[in-house]
Amino acid sequence: MYKYFPHTEEDLQEMLKATGVKSVHDLFADIPEAARFKRDYELPEALSETDLRLFFEQLTALGNTQQLVCFAGAGCYDHYAPSVVQNLIQRSEFLTSYTPYQAEISQGTLHYIFEYQSMIAELTGMDIANASMYDGATATAEAAMMAWGNAKKANCVLVSETVDPKVRRVVETYAHFHGFPIQLVPAENGVLNRSALDKEIAEGGVAGLIVQQPNYYGIVEDYTGIADAIHEQKGIFVVNANPSDLAILKTPAEWGADVAVGEGQSLGIPMTFGGPGVGYMACTEKLMRKLPGRIVGQTLDNRGQRAFVLTLQAREQHIRRQKATSNICSNQSLMALYVTIYLSLMGKEGLREVAEMSYAGAHSLRDKLIATGKFKETFPGQPFFNEFCVDYEGNLDALLDECTANGYLAGVKVGEKTLMLAVTEQRSTEEIDELVEIIQQFKEEEA
Amino acid sequence: MNRTLYGNLIFELSKKGRKGYSLPQDYDRTHTTAELPAALRRKEAARLPECDELTVVRHYTNLSHNNFGVNDGFYPLGSCTMKYNPVINEDIAGMKAFAGLHPLQPAVTCQGALEVYYNLQESLAELAGLKEFTLNPCAGAHGELTGLMVIRSYHESRKDAARTKVLIPDSAHGTNPASAAVCGLEVVEVKSLADGTVDVEHLRELLSEMGSEVAGMMMTNPNTLGIFEPRVLEITEMVHKAGGLMYYDGANLNALLGECRPGDMGFDVMHINLHKTFSTPHGGGGPGSGPVGVREGLEQFLPTPRVKKVVVNYDIPEDGPTEWEGFIVDWGTDSSLGSVGNFFGNFGVMLKAYTYILSLGNENIKQVGPLATLNANYIKERLKGDYLLPIKGLCKHEVVFDGLADKSTGVTTMDVAKRLLDYGYHAPTIYFPLLFHESLMIEPTENESKETIDAFIDVMHKIAEEAKTDPELVKTAPHNTPIGRVDDVLAAKQPVTTYWKMLGNE
Amino acid sequence: MAKFEEGLRYSESHEYIRVEGEYGFVGISDYAQHALGNVVYVDMPEVDDEVTAGEEFGAVESVKAASDLISPVSGTVVEVNEALEDKPELLNEDAFANWIIKVQLSDKSELENLMDAKAYEAFCAE
Repeated sequence: MYKYFPHTEEDLQEMLKATGVKSVHDLFADIPEAARFKRDYELPEALSETDLRLFFEQLTALGNTQQLVCFAGAGCYDHYAPSVVQNLIQRSEFLTSYTPYQAEISQGTLHYIFEYQSMIAELTGMDIANASMYDGATATAEAAMMAWGNAKKANCVLVSETVDPKVRRVVETYAHFHGFPIQLVPAENGVLNRSALDKEIAEGGVAGLIVQQPNYYGIVEDYTGIADAIHEQKGIFVVNANPSDLAILKTPAEWGADVAVGEGQSLGIPMTFGGPGVGYMACTEKLMRKLPGRIVGQTLDNRGQRAFVLTLQAREQHIRRQKATSNICSNQSLMALYVTIYLSLMGKEGLREVAEMSYAGAHSLRDKLIATGKFKETFPGQPFFNEFCVDYEGNLDALLDECTANGYLAGVKVGEKTLMLAVTEQRSTEEIDELVEIIQQFKEEEA
Repeated sequence: MNRTLYGNLIFELSKKGRKGYSLPQDYDRTHTTAELPAALRRKEAARLPECDELTVVRHYTNLSHNNFGVNDGFYPLGSCTMKYNPVINEDIAGMKAFAGLHPLQPAVTCQGALEVYYNLQESLAELAGLKEFTLNPCAGAHGELTGLMVIRSYHESRKDAARTKVLIPDSAHGTNPASAAVCGLEVVEVKSLADGTVDVEHLRELLSEMGSEVAGMMMTNPNTLGIFEPRVLEITEMVHKAGGLMYYDGANLNALLGECRPGDMGFDVMHINLHKTFSTPHGGGGPGSGPVGVREGLEQFLPTPRVKKVVVNYDIPEDGPTEWEGFIVDWGTDSSLGSVGNFFGNFGVMLKAYTYILSLGNENIKQVGPLATLNANYIKERLKGDYLLPIKGLCKHEVVFDGLADKSTGVTTMDVAKRLLDYGYHAPTIYFPLLFHESLMIEPTENESKETIDAFIDVMHKIAEEAKTDPELVKTAPHNTPIGRVDDVLAAKQPVTTYWKMLGNE
Repeated sequence: MAKFEEGLRYSESHEYIRVEGEYGFVGISDYAQHALGNVVYVDMPEVDDEVTAGEEFGAVESVKAASDLISPVSGTVVEVNEALEDKPELLNEDAFANWIIKVQLSDKSELENLMDAKAYEAFCAE
């Protein structure tokens, strides 16, 4: 007997008898002999729960898996989440349920997705949000396909060079196979080059433009006037924004975006080596029926009660098959729940406070790093939020190794000499000072 | 599950000035966001809820009471493999050592995590009978898309890019054609025979007609009717001969654990739903994980990043040559199809799946398919009187009925499904597959005991009886749930999808 | 029972066209609206868009199904029935009174490829 299998010998015999076969293997008699698997899997033997814990403890012991003081961002941020979030997430009624097809016994999931959609709409300023996507990168790729699919006559989708290269790579991958060209609009001093953009737009055939805010380098870009220029071409303006920063920053809707997308990990989700996170996706009412993914809407039940239900399903794969807006079936429902509970707790003021603290910390760190005399600003004069780039004079790899040896993840290397650092409200003044001290003290050994 | 509707939205519990958080106050306030030009800042604060902590805790606890999960009761949702989600999996995935890892930290500082990642890749390859796996895709549909990208990359690499058609049986799940379309492929449907299996003669015609344009064929086996495709070896051989590759949709892999491997059937590329076969929770729709495996010769096309095992030889001046065996992340390979996600995929989900594999071990994994299949066949035999069984013979892990045997009552599959909710069961999958008008698809999984299944069977018989004696009772079900049947038309005709829209409509 | 209005031309994909001079009013048949059930949305082209016989120009959605609209003729869209934007249920109420697009026909000979009411009724009965 094994703990996940309840079948006793007696059960087996009775069930086999009722089924009319002699052994469980006879149930597979219709599989051709040549396709049958007849040996044992080359896998370890079963571990008891005690041994399992020991195995994972040993695996993570002795610095084998080391949590560093995190000054890295680049799409994954070490924000604080109140204990309540993780605790409620583990409620089995949420955790062990399926997509809420049976509305009568899924109002819990449907209510929180409706709340999530409302919160995303409010943060981005958009009219409607879907129930979530896999991650920020795939949500951006879906937006690119949406732009392409919406265009009557177009020959490309534009992507700003200041969009995270990891996200760009995903967009390019999807575009390559889906069958439309991506045109990169170059950057200048860390921001989108407007004259290059104007030139692209003047050439015509633009299905849409994708930008990021704050951009990959942490810079808060000024996108004034871009939406109008894109709309003149009947193109779609897509803004990929970090939702945490939208407590302060101008919303995608205020920039004139048709579609807002991004990664929601910064809203209460642990980093967990980069996933699962959650992609959010929101759009104008005009594009509602082109939006991929699940959408929850309000309705009434036959007892006259307000209720919620999956709606606008005619867009989806299980009805439209190859003509669906996307192949996506999932929403990252549980991750959307993280976001929803997090935002319920942090609320209007809390999210602003997180943004202020992160902003203050990042700017303080920037000042202190520049003061060491070892760094120069990579993009002088550009406003940034909680992430920024500096150029290091010496051997950047050696410096990063030194920080790692001291338990600090000093950022992400984004160029031969360029280091990108992120600060969240989790980083104390002491940690900031200690990182600066490690860097100050570091002397490159002579080769 | 609570039988009355809780019904509140968090916004309705909000009161100005309340707080549900506390943050440190002793930070350097030299810089504030007021430094940012006004043109870069939002005009009005976001209207997020303002609630104290207990209000939030009670709200979500109450919402959970209007939800039904596997832990609440039998969940025979066909094609979804709603197996038990072991609690130990959650404990391991929640370990701080993993939860606090940044995806871009140096490989030497996260060898343990990379080892889990690598070992899961290897375990899945063994279970599937394929060469290598990528764990990057976040779900089954994402895996399908990635797998099709592998197939297209293969043809592109051979300068055989005119292969833009993909063959898909008409019984396939809707995601297959949708994934093909996203991947820029043209879908060609292969007909099914009356018994629900692939019409091999039709496939032969299609291949002779357009063989040189065929990129590959997607198949689910056992198929969406829970039937093993008896001519699968012939099919894979035919498609290979025409120059196409075979894609295995792993949706129904659970049935085969211990008995048969996709690689041994001749499939070249496949995905596995870790949230089905490897017990990770569905979480109300996600996060899932959809690893993609490939046969030898296709691994260079897999998306990056890739986690690899390497041996590095150092020559340290004092110690002499030293060998380091460990794991690295490969961020870019020219032959790779590209990338399909932010980082490495849903690592938290992988931890749960790997815990499950280690927990079962070789000796128990091979019981999964047989026990799941026994449970399904037992249900089939015991329900086939009251419910119409359109396809006789052995099924695998799930069984499809075509509604009640007695159609004279006017009670539909929808009604039966809704009545099951009254009795404390989740409904089976209904109206899929599309091959029958009244499809009712039951998948019990290996975790369910004979007592649970017998009780379910009794209720199914009881509903069949009710359909004759009191059809209205069944047609108006459910009666005993937080809400009754909902008005889908109203929801779709006047979409209200945010609280703000709801307020505006009042 | 579905109605089959005389004097219209019908396609196998269940669209009808009522011809008035150089123009045609295109909609879905009563049979089609019955089959679809409650229509919740009609996806329509824009004025000045070109339509081609046998190619799709929009879609009709019910809660659980979606059906592409296939143009029975070629030409230019000169008007769309804006009433359907807010009241898609008009198609259920009277499919023949509520056309979807008005098209300036570019090739009237295409009408000969379509069925009359009798032939269409027989086609639906098959």
